[in-house]
Amino acid sequence: MTELDYMLNTKPDIQAIYDSIPEGSRVLDLGCGDGSLLELLRDKKNCKVQGIDRDQAEVMKCIAKGIPVIQTNLDQGLSYFQDKSFDYVILGLTFQQIRQPHKLLFEMVRVSNFSIVSVFNLGYIKTRFQIFFGGIMPVNKRLPYEWYNTPNLHLGTEKDFCTMCEKESFQISSTKRISRSSDFLTNTFPNLFAEICIFTISG
Amino acid sequence: MIVKPQTYTFGESESDALKLRCGSTLRNVSIEFETYGTLNEAKSNAILVCHALTGSAHAAGKHSEDDRKPGWWDSMIGPGKAFDTDKYFLVCSNILGSCYGTTGPTSINPDTNKPYNLDFPMITVADMVDTQHRLMQHLEITKWLSVAGGSLGGMQALQWAVTYPDAVHSVMPIATTPMLSPQSIAFDWVGREAVMSDSNFKNGEYTKDALPETGLSISRMLAHITYLSEAGMREKFGRRLQEMDEYNFEFTHNFQIESYLRYQGSQFVNRFDANAYLYITRAMDYFNLSMEDPEGKLENVLDKATASFLIISFSSDWLFPPYQSMEIVKALMKCRREVTYCEIESDYGHDAFLLEDDTLGDMVRNFLKTQEACY
Repeated sequence: MTELDYMLNTKPDIQAIYDSIPEGSRVLDLGCGDGSLLELLRDKKNCKVQGIDRDQAEVMKCIAKGIPVIQTNLDQGLSYFQDKSFDYVILGLTFQQIRQPHKLLFEMVRVSNFSIVSVFNLGYIKTRFQIFFGGIMPVNKRLPYEWYNTPNLHLGTEKDFCTMCEKESFQISSTKRISRSSDFLTNTFPNLFAEICIFTISG
Repeated sequence: MIVKPQTYTFGESESDALKLRCGSTLRNVSIEFETYGTLNEAKSNAILVCHALTGSAHAAGKHSEDDRKPGWWDSMIGPGKAFDTDKYFLVCSNILGSCYGTTGPTSINPDTNKPYNLDFPMITVADMVDTQHRLMQHLEITKWLSVAGGSLGGMQALQWAVTYPDAVHSVMPIATTPMLSPQSIAFDWVGREAVMSDSNFKNGEYTKDALPETGLSISRMLAHITYLSEAGMREKFGRRLQEMDEYNFEFTHNFQIESYLRYQGSQFVNRFDANAYLYITRAMDYFNLSMEDPEGKLENVLDKATASFLIISFSSDWLFPPYQSMEIVKALMKCRREVTYCEIESDYGHDAFLLEDDTLGDMVRNFLKTQEACY
């Protein structure tokens, strides 16, 4: 199993994000974890990379990989990055954990040419079933937390995300979806069949 | 590891003398230094370690088997340690203005053949770094793999990165700041006032048998409080009493913390020179990296640096709090540099850079490994 295969198993949105970023880009990964996506981008696509993570153990792993990383909390914003100082800023499956995610998104748009945001879709048919028939907040492999101990503050549906983008004038330039259903179903009814959506926002 | 201190002297002629930022020059400058490990043929494994306010060139190992204590960063430097002497060649030199072998106020003024005392010119962190650069040339090293240091040592590392950008591949400023805050300047002021108002001080012309002990020890006790943290003190001493079960209703030391400070103060007067203490704290007060830019912008100054940065702060350090390290990070980000920054969770306060060797060690070890690869 290659490193990429392993990451795809643990982080399903990685391939889509990796594919979206062209060679030689300057990339900032918010909540970069152990830095493995940035390592791939640096080694295979010759990108100039910078990570941010709040967890010391993860920061340590980045240092071991030689990935430049800043240990800080994303809730503090990105004020010290200059306008358009990155080609791409990534926020991978972390959006829902940010206190004021739309403000962070404004900041991401300011500091980069493209922002890539991946989100869980709570409108996915299985989670809908859990709420509708089970009458409980969805708990599954990807959202393993109970409602009372979850770090996820802002779970929404793909429709919710698109509505926010419209309201706050974020330009979605492309969308990729991860799903176990056919492409036809997923693309016709994304809010029902996509498990994870990866939005590229330009601006 | 048994190590031997060495000395290098320069500046016998006027043209070779050390030019200081204050405008004066220093002749016959001696640098005391120690080295650990072996310089490789390519000279690509040399690391400079910079010490803090009252440190010395003796960073690791022992001078003889009978030494009670090893060097001040022995937990980090040695075979198999974070600064692995099996792989790297480490240099540590005593800073200019100190009293451990390098030229300072206790040295003999070649013009008068008497100790400088307060005739010693005012020195800066940049002057300390210039001195180290002379040593570097003497050792025929062209580029440090890394320059590392905590506190004042970290200021030197920062200064190296901007004054000699081509001579440093990477820097590790630890528990430090790009400029002294008014709070730190205030503590330094009170410390120096204590020394200078001691009746033995005599305008710096004190004698060996009548040292300004009271003033210097008060100064040290005050400084020592700033090196600890409230939580750390609570953990280490609590309100526990020293050698008594009840209060003695006198002003002698009752509490462990009092006895600890008293011990620290009394030890210090035996090992450090009062004038050197004045000069070095003053150099720290004057340290403000952003002043090197006409507009006073730190990012313009750090833009000169080409080194990779590993910046480390400690959560409970209130002398040089994490936000000050973050100022360096922010400025480097403005220059679109790659930066690694870590705020290590610790209750040890400012002193953590000497105590958190497990976490710090892992970071340093891994950082050096990746720096070696791209030297």
